[in-house]
Parts: sequence; structure tokens; C-alpha cells
Amino acid sequence: MDIPSLTIDGVRQALLSRQFSACELAAAALRFAQAENPKTNAYLHLCPERAMAAALRVDQRIARGEDPGALGGVPIAVKDVIVTKGVKTTCGSRLLAEYIPPYDATAVIRIEEAGGVILGKTNCDEFAMGSSTENSAFGPVRNPVALDRVPGGSSGGSAAVVAQGTAVVALGSDTGGSIRQPASFCGVVGVTPTYGRVSRYGLTAFASSLDHIGPFARSVKDASTVLGVIGGRDPRDSTSAEAPVPDYSAHLTGDVKGLKLGLPIEYLKQLTSETGDLIARGVDRLKALGCQVREISLPATEYAIACYYIIATAEASSNLARYDGVRYTFRSPVSDTLSDMYRNTRGEGFGAECKRRIMLGTYVLSAGYYDAYYLKAQKVRTLIARDFANAFQEVDAIVAPVSPFPAFKLGEKVDDPLAMYLSDIFTITGSLAGIPCMSVPCGNTAEGLPVGMQILTKHFDETTMFRLADGFEKVQRKK
Amino acid sequence: MKITEKEVRYVAGLANLTLTDSEIAKQQADLDGILEHMDRLNEVDTSGVEPMAQVLFEAGETATLRADVPVAPLTNQAALANAPQPGAGYFKVPQIIER
Repeated sequence: MDIPSLTIDGVRQALLSRQFSACELAAAALRFAQAENPKTNAYLHLCPERAMAAALRVDQRIARGEDPGALGGVPIAVKDVIVTKGVKTTCGSRLLAEYIPPYDATAVIRIEEAGGVILGKTNCDEFAMGSSTENSAFGPVRNPVALDRVPGGSSGGSAAVVAQGTAVVALGSDTGGSIRQPASFCGVVGVTPTYGRVSRYGLTAFASSLDHIGPFARSVKDASTVLGVIGGRDPRDSTSAEAPVPDYSAHLTGDVKGLKLGLPIEYLKQLTSETGDLIARGVDRLKALGCQVREISLPATEYAIACYYIIATAEASSNLARYDGVRYTFRSPVSDTLSDMYRNTRGEGFGAECKRRIMLGTYVLSAGYYDAYYLKAQKVRTLIARDFANAFQEVDAIVAPVSPFPAFKLGEKVDDPLAMYLSDIFTITGSLAGIPCMSVPCGNTAEGLPVGMQILTKHFDETTMFRLADGFEKVQRKK
Repeated sequence: MKITEKEVRYVAGLANLTLTDSEIAKQQADLDGILEHMDRLNEVDTSGVEPMAQVLFEAGETATLRADVPVAPLTNQAALANAPQPGAGYFKVPQIIER
């Protein structure tokens, strides 16, 4: 079995035709991941016992003549900010280096109920804060496409395992681009669903009004299958939506004729020439498929970075207050009083980027600054969401770049936090509006670095997003 | 200068973060640049604009409450399993009242 080229359908057919068993596949996938991981550091830890137990359940289902499940036997990786009962969940932080959660995230439960086999947990920026996976306390991830470059972030490990072939699909989390940007950098599909589409129960909170769980895959079809499994209302997350989850696969016909697409003029003028050229060529292919393309305007775009980094850091400063040395494994050994224990635990435990964001968030919420920063940002967020609502009166989907540039070199941007923040411009707007958005591969630069095209649609219309991405992927692969 | 060293130390106190002197200096420089960028929001006219408290407020399907049915909580042992210092079924902490 050629593990890096497996698909969800391929695994299903192989299991049903008894080509191999789920246990054989899981054992081989674990060996392969173990052997290949040192190249990228994409997995933080594997969970062989849990994987083999899940695979055995799938084999038992098949032996009983039952369906193996929508993800039956499929090797899956999970970002280490999503909790797994009995399996270490570090969030890429020294603070949680030894944390073993007492419960499973809803997305994890649904994956295993559908027959998925979770192989291990993937590396990420500490508490999902970063755009390069260089902020992990356990060392950076290397991009499997170009080992001297970053995989993007914060879900860099999940993007890398799918690109490297050490998992068929993976779960990541996205707050301002943390699924789409690494998908773009590693040349895989990455999906940020509508806010509320997927339960966040068991996702370690970073910025609650912006956090999402979503899938990575090597095809649009596989990504849509995973979303079909993990999506839908969960009574344990009051922000998860009641909206029914459609059967996405029925819409992946390749027919995208007549779809009305918008190109945001504010995005296109900010591109490096090579990324811009690749997106322009992608748009030409969509036109050739019969899409109607027009320019649209999202005028509040230039304020999105400021708006996002106020709201996200404010929420983070509150969410990360719980890591104080009382409940979660790490406590500074050098404290005689309670308040010293809080301060020293946090000072020693958090990395530089988390400290910067906690400080920024605390500052913008502090007395005298709340109205000027936080309240103002919430109003600007309304304007950004309104831009999208207006655009979707005229178009079915928006097509845009994911990142202003392809994967950069390790270490290239670590010393300039503002420059790193500014590079999130194209992904942050969709996050602030809570709309579904995804990255689909759109070709490589002359140096062979992947570039992703972003597709955005209106709330809960993942169907149109997948239909367009799938149609695009089909012509992109023929070329 | 958007933020002084004194303010950085004050905010670090609010955030319960012990920072070294060199971290304070670096935070000040970084926050200064970032806050200057944030000031661009002042260019936007937001008079009459509602602040967004819930991103799906205007979407068709919004969050709802679950049925109020009690379920089994974590056991005491499971809840304390990750405690740096458990004791007698509780989380132990250093002394709270300083004499």
C-alpha cells in the first residue's frame, strides 16, 4: 500500500475488497509516520494504542457485515490544541507539556464514530498563536515541500502531515487563517467552515468569537467528507449551529458553469507578482469553466489587521488567564505566595508570542482604553462583515489569494511581529465575518513553492464553496 | 511613543506575568509599533455602527440552548489528575494570606 497517495475512497474500497485490513493499514501508517516525521517535526506524538483500538473496531464492523463508516480505517492526525482523552495535548506550550485531558473533543468523538483512526497529535504555534509554527515550544515544523521553509501556521503540523503523506486527512484550527495559510504553503486543501458549523467543545480556546475547527486533505472531496462528519449541532457547544449539514459529495460534479464570482480589488493590488500571476491564471481557468467573474470592493479591508489583532488578543488575554499554575500540570517551583505563583508560572511557561498577545489584549481591555480599542474594533468588525454581506448580494462566491507570498524561510520573519501580523491580511477578513472559506492549490512558483487560492461564500454555504473548489481542482490537475 | 515602560510594567501586573527587564524592553518596542498600527482604526467613521458581539447575529441559524438535563460530571480523581499539587481531593496552592 502506498500510504502517501491514499484517499478516503481508496481506503474504503481496499477495506471492503479485503485488500488490507484497517489494523494492517494503521500499523503501516504508524510505522511510516514514525520513520518520516524526523524530516519535518510535524507530529508531536503518536498514539499507537488508540489508533490500533480504533482500527480493530473498524475491522470488527466489516467482519460483521456492517458499513466501516464514512472515515472507516482512514489515518487521521489531530492538531494538538484539540483534546484527546488519555493522549497528551500540549497546545505547543511548555505550560501543557505533560497535560493529559480527561475528555475527548466532540470532533474527535465524531471522527472515531465514523471509523477514523487517529494516529497522533500535530505540532502548532503555542496556543495557535502564529503564522509559521515557529512559536511551538517543541521546535518548528519544516515544510515538506521545501525543508528550509516554514509550513505556515498555526496549524503547520496538520498541513505538513497531509502534504508529507503521514496522514490522509487532519484536523486543524483557524482563528485568523491558521488552516488556510498553512494549506496554501504546503500545497493541500484546507477548510475553515462557517463560524458555528463545527462544535468547539474540546478545542482549547484562543479567541472564542473567531475560533474554528476544520479539515486538511489532499482533495476537496476528502475535505468535504471530513466536514460532513464533524459538522452539525452539538449540545455541548452553545455556539454550534442548528443548520443541517448537507451531503456535500452530491454537489461535486465538476459543473461550475454560471457561478458568479467576485474578485476583491483591495486584495489584488497587494500581491507579489508571482502569487498574483498564479491567482490570475486560476481565475482564467474558472472563466473557461463558465464562471462569470467581476471585480468587487471590500472597502474596510485595510482596517482588518488592526481590528483582528485587537479582538483576538483581547479574547486571548481572557482565555489564557486559566493557565495560572493551579490546575494544568505546570507550576513555577519558586513561589511562596499565591500571586507570585500565578505570575511566575505564567512568566516561565508562556513563550514570547503568547506573552506579547496577552499583553496587547490586556492593554486594549484596560481602563481608559476599552472604548478606543476594543469597542472601536467591534464596530469595525460590523463594517467588515457588512462588506461581505453586500458582496454576496451580487456574487455567489469570492475568489482571492490566501497569503501575499508563498512559504518563507525559517527564521526570516521571527524578529518582526507586526510584519508577521500584516501577512494575515487576506485570511483575517473572512474570519472576522464568520463566513466559510478555504484554500485550494493553485499551482507552484518557479521555485516550486505552492500557492493556494482562497474561496469564500456566505454563511453556511459550504456547498457552493466545495462545488467551485472541486471544479477548479479537476481542471488544475489536468493541466 | 504610544506606551511607556511604566505602562508596560502596569499591564504585566494586570496580566499576572512576571517579565524580565529585557522582556519589558522588548515588549515596549513591539507593543509600540503594533499600537501605532492599531491607531489607523481612528480613520474609520463608525458613528451609528453597532459593535458586533455575535458574528452570526444576522444569519438565519444562530446558536440555541440545549435541554437542561444533568449529566455525570468528571470524577474528583479525573479532575485532579493534572493538578501540579493535589491534596485531600482539592487543588493545593501556596498560602493566600500573607502575614
